[in-house]
Amino acid sequence: MVAASFKFNIDGIEVEATEGQSVIEACDEAGIYIPRLCHHPELPPSGNCRVCTCKINGRHSAACVTPAAHGMVIENDTPQLTSDRRAVIEMLFVEGNHPCPYCVASGDCELQALGYRLGMVAPTQPYQWPERKIDATHPDIYLDHDRCILCSRCIRASRMEDGKTVFGFEGRGIAMRLNVDAQGGLGETQMAAIDKAASVCPVACIVIKRHNYQVPNGSRRFDKTPIGSDIEAKRTRRQS
Amino acid sequence: MHPVEVIEMVSFYAFFDQTPRGRNRIRLSKTPISMMNGAREVAEAFGQSLGIAMGETSLDGMFTLEWTNDIGMADQEPAALVNGMILTSLTPLDVPGIIAALRHEEDGLGLSSYPPTAAQALKLPKSNVRPSLIQAGPLLTRPVVRARGLKAALAMTPEKVIEEITSSKLRGRGGAGFPTGMKWRLTRKSAGKEHYILCNADEGEPGTFKDRMLLAEFPDLVFDGLTIAGYALGSQHGILYLRGEYAYLWETLQETLRTRRSLGLLGANICGRQGFDFDIRIQLGAGAYICGEESSLIESLEGKRGSPRDRPPFPTERGYLQQPTAIDNVETLICAARILEKGVAWFTSYGTKESAGTKLISVSGDCARPGVYEVPFGVTVSELLDLVGGADAIYVQVSGPSGHSVAPKDFGRSIAYEDLSTGGSTMVFGPQRDVLDVAMQFAEFFVEESCGWCTPCRVGTTLLKQGMEKVLAGRATLSDLSEMEALGQTVVRMSRCGLGQSAPNPILTTMRNFPELYEARLAAVPFTPLVTLHDALREAVAVQGREPLSEET
Repeated sequence: MVAASFKFNIDGIEVEATEGQSVIEACDEAGIYIPRLCHHPELPPSGNCRVCTCKINGRHSAACVTPAAHGMVIENDTPQLTSDRRAVIEMLFVEGNHPCPYCVASGDCELQALGYRLGMVAPTQPYQWPERKIDATHPDIYLDHDRCILCSRCIRASRMEDGKTVFGFEGRGIAMRLNVDAQGGLGETQMAAIDKAASVCPVACIVIKRHNYQVPNGSRRFDKTPIGSDIEAKRTRRQS
Repeated sequence: MHPVEVIEMVSFYAFFDQTPRGRNRIRLSKTPISMMNGAREVAEAFGQSLGIAMGETSLDGMFTLEWTNDIGMADQEPAALVNGMILTSLTPLDVPGIIAALRHEEDGLGLSSYPPTAAQALKLPKSNVRPSLIQAGPLLTRPVVRARGLKAALAMTPEKVIEEITSSKLRGRGGAGFPTGMKWRLTRKSAGKEHYILCNADEGEPGTFKDRMLLAEFPDLVFDGLTIAGYALGSQHGILYLRGEYAYLWETLQETLRTRRSLGLLGANICGRQGFDFDIRIQLGAGAYICGEESSLIESLEGKRGSPRDRPPFPTERGYLQQPTAIDNVETLICAARILEKGVAWFTSYGTKESAGTKLISVSGDCARPGVYEVPFGVTVSELLDLVGGADAIYVQVSGPSGHSVAPKDFGRSIAYEDLSTGGSTMVFGPQRDVLDVAMQFAEFFVEESCGWCTPCRVGTTLLKQGMEKVLAGRATLSDLSEMEALGQTVVRMSRCGLGQSAPNPILTTMRNFPELYEARLAAVPFTPLVTLHDALREAVAVQGREPLSEET
């Protein structure tokens, strides 16, 4: 059975979608980029970061968790939304410890890349300087909690893709942290470097040991093209 | 089940622990109202008697002393939760007697059970919750005869019951005001293996206690309403989600349910109506304000962290256990029971065009007669203040921290969905109070109660609190105020659920309604850093062992 298809409108552009697609999935396919951070195309959406918030039929909703529907009218690329998204990215920068110049993920980091794309110069909000520890107990992976942005990608990947439940949240509110399924740290869990959960981190919180700096700074993913360019290229190709 | 999942859940709730704490838990209610009534002095008395600070456990493991957020006793503060039992109207003089009773209990009877029994509570001084209803209106005028509304409903078809509720224009009394008839209709027509009706008794909004009063003083009306809703929805299962702070009501509520079962008001073929089988169970919360948000409440009922869900799907389609679910406030269900008993015309003869009926208002703070008042919708703030003996108020917080900060210039506004929409919390502040200090306490409340799931609320609430700290310290500049306002509006727009969307309200509405109070605290300079030079150098000073030379000296 072929799923029913329908159309909606985003920033004046008609987009075709099929039943069961989220707004972000339909827009990705159509080559329209909605900035996002916690969303990962191979994982169920969770709506943690709120960066993909759009004005959908007049209401603010996260595009990753909103099912596409016929006739929707969506605002995405507006000065107000860009400013709100930038503020959310700033919040994540000041909540953790993110020293881009010497971070192992610099140039490959989705948080940093979104900061650039959304026009963040330096955070205007006060740094929180949390004290968090590195977990280096695993032979092949280390967890740098300073970088964690609580996007839940690893939690979802470990539970849904790896069938392991290595990760979870602990605490609530500003005290919420990423936790692992063993008191002695990641090294005591079932985690393996080939797990999906090891490859979905958007920042440098889950890092594979001995694999870093193989691509030099300046030649990494987002050093060449801004984040979202791959999605936007689909539309450019179609138009030309 | 993985340990990480257990910790995930346990670490979410204020009343669960991961490490052993004192055998006796003393939790003092921390709200602007309790502070105004001397909670700090009571806390100091406990601290001195036990030799511990707030948050600590005594060396012998007998006592843990801590603050907790509003426990629904705003009309009889300072109040405390002690092993789940409620103590009210505390003074420092009560403290030795309470500690002695707890020590004695420990020697003689061992650990108290949970939920606590009334017999246990009798052994504690001040374990007396005073009746809170001060003024009854048409809804609560006695006599209240059990099951009248229910029997009237069972004489109709379920569709007709929903029709009656719809034409009564009853709207949700928790504050959001969703039309109850529409909610019931949507739930009824959603396909599912089971349908559920939930009663939201997670009354966590600081300053409100009308649901507590209803559960204590009118439990049969609540269960009548819940059973009527069950009939209307085609549901067999009603669940009362009772906030952990109200565990002291457990025993009497269970007793009421037992009586209703013995009378045939619950169970199979209720009141002889063939095929209508319905029962009610009660589940306790464990200390999380967010669980009053309906999708968080569902998550919590399912034994998980109480983080909200994204909608759609709405609970009416996929709620508790992914089945069609309606969630109604305690007061809404009572209204439904009375509408069926007394008729639609009776109900719509009260209130305004858009807000039919009456509203229960929980009044606390600087007024002569705190308590619950039943008033018709449309009553103005100043009429309400006259009623409660609070005419010299300089500020009224309507609908709790997530609601509106109302200044005297707006005391002519009325309590109604179309004007000042409210769940019922009304905190009155007299001329001796500092409005911005109250706003600061509300900002702290949201920091503690944010669930953490989404960025804007998790981080934004802390940043807003820090902004208020700077204002109160007299270090904020004009540009700080505009930045704080912009930040607040971002949090409103970007947050996932009602908590984050309303968390900036205490700051945003006091900024709007009391601008002169903010201006009076501004630093007369274009810029001051958030961190003072002295604070920034503190670590270096500690390492070096000397203060830096100041240029002015």
